[in-house]
Amino acid sequence: MTRWLIALLFALAAPLAAQDLLPPARYAYQQLPDPAQEAKAQALMETLRCLTCQGQSIADSDASMAGDLRSQVRTRIARGEDPEAIRGWLIERYGDYISYAPRVTTLTWPLFALPLVLLALAALLLRKRFRRTDPA
Amino acid sequence: MSDPLNKSARWALWLPLGLFGVFVALVALGLLRPASRDVPSAMIGKPMPDFALAPVVAGHPGLAKADLTDGNPRLVNVFASWCVPCAVEAPQLAQLKAAGAEIDGVAIRDRGEDVAAFLARNGDPFTRIGDDRVSAVQLAIGSAGVPETFVVDGKGTIRYQHIGDIRPEDAPMLLEKLAEAGR
Repeated sequence: MTRWLIALLFALAAPLAAQDLLPPARYAYQQLPDPAQEAKAQALMETLRCLTCQGQSIADSDASMAGDLRSQVRTRIARGEDPEAIRGWLIERYGDYISYAPRVTTLTWPLFALPLVLLALAALLLRKRFRRTDPA
Repeated sequence: MSDPLNKSARWALWLPLGLFGVFVALVALGLLRPASRDVPSAMIGKPMPDFALAPVVAGHPGLAKADLTDGNPRLVNVFASWCVPCAVEAPQLAQLKAAGAEIDGVAIRDRGEDVAAFLARNGDPFTRIGDDRVSAVQLAIGSAGVPETFVVDGKGTIRYQHIGDIRPEDAPMLLEKLAEAGR
């Protein structure tokens, strides 16, 4: 009986929402009138990380902060700013973490070099092997 | 066949197991010590960006960059009435204020009546409070959520960022950072 009562109370309880009551920013959920500009904004937003829901891009997230950032991205694109300049502005504030677009830096170059090194290594090993099985 | 090739092959036999061991150790390390989810601001050591926020409640002027360059170091607390940890850190902010810290607020996505109720309920340590309705200043200073507290020196340079609510044990550290910013 008590168990059912507790279950019922849980079912009725409204989750405590850590969410603001303001309407979303102007361009959070509204596309730009110019389709070319909207496409640019969309491409950029898909490669920017949502900071409150870290696995998602701001294009995918309903977090209010992601909405504010979308609105800011669209407003800046509409003003004629270059998408990469906007990305740079954000990296200046949050570091590389906010961008999903990989960059070659002094820290990340091994990631880009490793596949080439492995391929070279594989070629070397295979060459040795083929030579050994040569019947001559 | 016991040619010299087999000797090196015997040694190589253990290599996959060794690599597997390294892999297990890496995974275990990641599980036991998960990476921090904080996104630190890259603006530490840089000047506050230009901004001017309107007031959000009566009795508190708004907040602009010019207010932060008056020669006095201060704390800039990024908060919201709808944020639960912001209420949790209120006693610590009151304690910092009592210890002589000047504290300005940036209210994120908030309404005047809600901020007023929040201050009435949790105490009011703020000198100025700016109304950041679309998180513009929050984004401009590299803050990734609420609450966050920035130590800003008298020239308007960001000197330190505290992410998350201020726990009682954090208060002395913030006072120390504030004193450092004043030197």
